[in-house]
Amino acid sequence: MSAARATVAVVRSERAPLVDTLHEWVTTVDHKRLGILYIIYALLFLAFGGIEAIIIRIQLIRPHNTFVSPQVFNRMFTMHGTTMIFFAAMPLVFGFANYLVPLMIGARDTAFPRLNAFSFWLTAFGGLLLYFSFLGGNGLYGAGNAPDVGWFAYAPLTSRTFSPGHSTDFWILALLLSGIGSMGTAINIAATVLCMRCPGMTLGKMPLLAWLNFTMAGLVILSMSPLTAAQLMLLVDRYLGGHFFDVQAGGSAVLWMHFFWIFGHPEVYVLAIPAFAFASEIIPVFSRKPIFGYPVMVAATLAIGFISMSVWAHHMFTVGMTSAGNTFFVLSTMAIAVPTGIKIFNWLATIWGGKVQYRTPMLFCVAFLFQFLIAGLTGIMLAAAPFDWQLSGSYFVVAHFHYVIVGGILFTIFGAFYYWFPKMSGRMYNEALGKVHFWLFTAGFHLTFDFMHVPGVLGMPRRIYTYEPGRGWDIWNLVITIGVLFQAVATLVFLGNLLWSKLWGKVAGSDPWDGWTLEWSTASPPPAYNFPSLPEVRSRRPLWDLKHPEDPDWHYE
Amino acid sequence: MYFLIAAEAAIFTIFVVAYIFYVGKSATGPQPAAVLHAPLFLTACLLSSSLTTHLAVRGLRSRNVRRFTWWWCGTVILGGIFVAGTAREWRHLVYQDGLTIQTNLFGTTYYSLVGLHAFHVIAGLLALAVVLVFAIRGDVRQEHSARTEVLSMYWHFVDAVWVVIFTVVYLIGR
Repeated sequence: MSAARATVAVVRSERAPLVDTLHEWVTTVDHKRLGILYIIYALLFLAFGGIEAIIIRIQLIRPHNTFVSPQVFNRMFTMHGTTMIFFAAMPLVFGFANYLVPLMIGARDTAFPRLNAFSFWLTAFGGLLLYFSFLGGNGLYGAGNAPDVGWFAYAPLTSRTFSPGHSTDFWILALLLSGIGSMGTAINIAATVLCMRCPGMTLGKMPLLAWLNFTMAGLVILSMSPLTAAQLMLLVDRYLGGHFFDVQAGGSAVLWMHFFWIFGHPEVYVLAIPAFAFASEIIPVFSRKPIFGYPVMVAATLAIGFISMSVWAHHMFTVGMTSAGNTFFVLSTMAIAVPTGIKIFNWLATIWGGKVQYRTPMLFCVAFLFQFLIAGLTGIMLAAAPFDWQLSGSYFVVAHFHYVIVGGILFTIFGAFYYWFPKMSGRMYNEALGKVHFWLFTAGFHLTFDFMHVPGVLGMPRRIYTYEPGRGWDIWNLVITIGVLFQAVATLVFLGNLLWSKLWGKVAGSDPWDGWTLEWSTASPPPAYNFPSLPEVRSRRPLWDLKHPEDPDWHYE
Repeated sequence: MYFLIAAEAAIFTIFVVAYIFYVGKSATGPQPAAVLHAPLFLTACLLSSSLTTHLAVRGLRSRNVRRFTWWWCGTVILGGIFVAGTAREWRHLVYQDGLTIQTNLFGTTYYSLVGLHAFHVIAGLLALAVVLVFAIRGDVRQEHSARTEVLSMYWHFVDAVWVVIFTVVYLIGR
């Protein structure tokens, strides 16, 4: 019966007029289609955020530049931060989780397919709302506007006095909507992992990607909610005349900081843990060895998730907390380096002695290992409160967190794109273009973000519109901006490669990498029902068992 | 539903923290001690409605649709009394005591915390009422007991949050 249905689907997709195809995509509740929608949507916003970054960097390329006005500059860095975190990185992560988790645990869909669609459209309209502020931020008064309060929107900058018009309201509502969408997706992923695993797949036999996304979902549930609550309070302040963050009536601006960073720091791990998940799937396959220390990897992930809930105030060392408070957050922040270090050593041990194949996904993951290590080291430097007092709010911090988010997270996401593109599209990507993308992007990344540490140490504050010549910042800013050019070209190569390969790439077949997890056991792209019959699993590498019946994994586990 | 409850609990936690943080920091009156009176009757109504949903679901599980309908109806009535009582209390606060969300920090935090809870009660009541309509039309059968149990879980959560709010707002916060 399933075969018959598959034929019907094929016939229809060949003949369906455009309107019908669009209608199918808009009304879909299939986790694979929603995953792809998430990813395409995120790529769109990645481009928007990238353009904003380019504008910022052109403005800073030399002292006293006037490429944009100070007002526009403020809007650009606010929109760049908000877009990249909420509407590029998170949808990318959710898209892959949506697509891969059910396939990898041998399920036919997520636990709540309609909730899944609902969450995606909430996120999508949240992003549109944010960008509508360019048109509607000033209401009907004419000139365009956009939020300009910075991505963490400290009080009292967001009060009616300092943010008249509606631009800040668009920012609040966009984040509120997409936050509710994120919670829906997180609930869905967690429930899927707990309830939908195929026969034989105990929690201990689950692919690491599923484990890590489960942890990510838990973090989203616990960390998006404080942000939602804080946004509600801000709305009460702005629309009902409340006093939560109104210092003159006894309210507290520091309380907003606490609420924002209670969300803000776990958010880093919401993005990083799925990045670890990609690395944990890609590195073993291209090293031709099973992952080293599976149980320790799971434990380290849970430890990271747990500790990350208690480190938020390291963003606030310069606010002036008590020394007990400072000490606690220094220690908890440093403690998180331990499980992260365990993970890095486990990945290295996986590569060690393996037959490493340097295909594009593996290249991105190797670069990730190196860059994430450096990002972690500058993180430990900033975790020391006295060091942070010197450098907080400088370009050193900007360099650090871009090293985490671009050098760590975006690199593995690129790796994931190349690794699963054959599964999602049914076509092979162009390996040569993939390598061009890798080398261009890596060169650009290091030009930009290695050298960004220097003006930070020399005292250049973040978010300044322009600077005086002769402070030793000029040459560094020039180099940083040149690096951005490389990254932009590399991203264009990447997008071109995806498009070209989707249309004219070689047909990939169901298992181009000789993989071991369940998604490679079904057709590429997988049919709507994923698996003709639900697979039975006896080890952590079910496809290895299938391909090597003489030496299956479950003999050893 | 457990995960939704976890997320909701985190939201309420933030509002409760804000309330506790701002207790006694209002620059001007009225202060909570002067205007708040512990709504014991309403609390009793809401807490006993948890018991009635539990009994209703147990009735449905043992195929007793009639018992389910009656206990479920009782839950809706008790919840309705709670919402009506809150409305009366707010009316008194606004018109007699001159406390609005704009008056001072106490007003801001009180109305948003209690209001957020009341919003959850109303959402729960709407869902309960829909099920009640189905039950009266005779569409609820034993196989739906798992679904009604999910809804009753949400209702228990709303009641549990009220215990926290009652303690914080009416006992400690005064």
